[in-house]
Amino acid sequence: MASRFQHSNRAGWLMAGPAAALIGLFIIVPFALAIVFSFTNQRLISPNPAEFIGLDNYRQLLGVATLTLAPETDAAGAPVVENGEVQYPALRGYTRNNPDYPGLRGMREWFSFDWGDNRTFVLARDVVFMTAIVNTFIFVLVVAPVQGGLALGLALLINQKLRGINVFRAIYFMPVVVSIVVVSLLWRFIYDGNSGLLNNLLGFLSFGFIPPVDWLGNPSTALGAIIAMSIWQAVGFHMVIWLSGLQTISPTLYEAAALEGASKWQTFRHVTWPGLRNTAVLVLIVITMQAFALFAQIDVTTRGGPLDSTQTIVFQAVQRGYGKQDISGGSAISVILFVIVLAISLTQRWLTREKR
Amino acid sequence: MARISLKDVRKSYGSTDVIRGVDIEIEDGEFAVFVGPSGCGKSTLLRMVAGLEDITSGTLSIGDRVVNDLPPKDRKVAMVFQSYAIFPHMTVRENVAFGLTIAGASKAEKDAKVAEAARILQMEPLLDRRPSQLSGGQRQRVAIGRAIVRKPEVFLFDEPLSNLDAALRMDMRMEISKLHKQLGTTMIYVTHDQVEAMTLADKIVVLKGGEVQQIGAPMELYHHPVNAFVAGFLGSPSMNFLDVEVVEANGDAVTVRNGALDPVTVSRASGDYVAGGRALLGIRPQYLVPAADEAASALHGTVGLAERLGTETIVDVALKDGKSLIAALSQDAILEMGAPIGFTFDPAKCHLFAARSA
Repeated sequence: MASRFQHSNRAGWLMAGPAAALIGLFIIVPFALAIVFSFTNQRLISPNPAEFIGLDNYRQLLGVATLTLAPETDAAGAPVVENGEVQYPALRGYTRNNPDYPGLRGMREWFSFDWGDNRTFVLARDVVFMTAIVNTFIFVLVVAPVQGGLALGLALLINQKLRGINVFRAIYFMPVVVSIVVVSLLWRFIYDGNSGLLNNLLGFLSFGFIPPVDWLGNPSTALGAIIAMSIWQAVGFHMVIWLSGLQTISPTLYEAAALEGASKWQTFRHVTWPGLRNTAVLVLIVITMQAFALFAQIDVTTRGGPLDSTQTIVFQAVQRGYGKQDISGGSAISVILFVIVLAISLTQRWLTREKR
Repeated sequence: MARISLKDVRKSYGSTDVIRGVDIEIEDGEFAVFVGPSGCGKSTLLRMVAGLEDITSGTLSIGDRVVNDLPPKDRKVAMVFQSYAIFPHMTVRENVAFGLTIAGASKAEKDAKVAEAARILQMEPLLDRRPSQLSGGQRQRVAIGRAIVRKPEVFLFDEPLSNLDAALRMDMRMEISKLHKQLGTTMIYVTHDQVEAMTLADKIVVLKGGEVQQIGAPMELYHHPVNAFVAGFLGSPSMNFLDVEVVEANGDAVTVRNGALDPVTVSRASGDYVAGGRALLGIRPQYLVPAADEAASALHGTVGLAERLGTETIVDVALKDGKSLIAALSQDAILEMGAPIGFTFDPAKCHLFAARSA
């Protein structure tokens, strides 16, 4: 019975050929090349041939170490205090040419915390990349639940038989149609530190009580501003996915629930939400993957600044690969991102599996 | 307690009238069946009783309360849907207990009531299964179980057996009948199947085009239909209607004939008939008796298709005037296609109706 597949093999391959070749050329080959490059010292343009360097790129990116130091003491053995702060030995002494600490060579302080009298320093070989990872995770952890939740709320609102409901559906979906680059440019005006729309609005609503904020220029607000903008842009897309999920739930289930006396909340909890299980998994995974790929907003608005407060993994990959022409470093970042996203998707699938 | 009364109940969607003034009284503990062809408004009427559809005008009372504007949950009704409407993500136990869960009942109370419902419906072994692991009949049992645990005053069934195969349908029909005897609760049952209506009902409501045609006990409707629609709807195979000419109308006795029918005198139930006018003569297929001697028969034709079912034979007869007719002979008979055949019948078992308005 295998014959049928073999009979039409030639024609089949001929027809599938162009598409298969394109998929291979633009998806499979680059994917494989990224993995291969990440183990070399390949540069974008270089006269020297690439060398295989093993895991050096990964060590360079992910190298983390801790160092616990006791406070500096004076002659009497008491801690030295200057300006009300306990003084610790300079890290330079450990990370530069210290033969006793070869593993710390070239590292910089990422952050530190106090543990009793001692202070533990967490050192990283690439502090900017570490910041990028943390920022990306913050972005994902905020965007996934908030965007998913808002989208579900909107979907519930527009899943009603009301006159003109399609107008609302169209309005909520509109930002999705606009390119994120255009959205980012527009929101730069909204977030402008002097006469931006947001500052004007807040000033007007608070009778001038809230002073203008440079939303994208302030390290403490920049990431939040980008998060809000990103949620606004894609919420309509996920709303449509939720809506399609909602419409697969049989209306008689709602009627049965109404007859059994279920309140609105009980109906949502016992009928709607369980019926959305598969949709929820899809929305969660899609948002997570999209959020990890955060790049365009950053590139258009802050370019990683101010003070690296909006560095992200993909932005780092692009900066390194093309900005610094370090294509192998950029490839290594891509591979790391791939592993992170794959692991999270598999975990989400496992956590949200149908329990039997 | 749970007498149901509909007074001049109407329902329109925009300018389309779906229910056009319906008056029905259903006594406490009665099993009422709404029957009619698709689109007759029977399901809409049931959903109006349930509170799933608004009532445009008229009054609906359950017990001594007017419930027109009460939400479904306050009407003390339970409903079983054609599509079962059981929750796919819950086990049978959770499904049956759903109403109790919503009402915040204790676990002990839920367990006891679910166990009782499971016992009544003989589905104890199914309690921990999921709906996807159940057959259609079992799913419908779960839906009925969910309805009975709440001890409603009224049960509503919306074509509950339509999605089941024929054998299962008969089983479930008997189950529902037993359930009604056991619980003694008022039930309204909607179906398009006249067999279900005839076998289950204390009272049948025949609907057509959003209007009540006739209300009564099954045999009352079968033997004394008020119009040709009711007469044709109940009984299988359905009643034959012959277009006849009125030869003579003398008091209650009306003599009619047509091309295939020798003059026959039947007693009129209602209506006005004058000599020379048209009328419709209804004869049930079972009441046609084949005459041994074709010349001695009253109705003349030739044998068309004959279906032998063992206990009876259904014959399609081409009448002499070109019309056709179905006869159900009460024994196995071998009939040759094209052979002449004649029938006699008891005029007392015929029904005379006004002619179909052209």
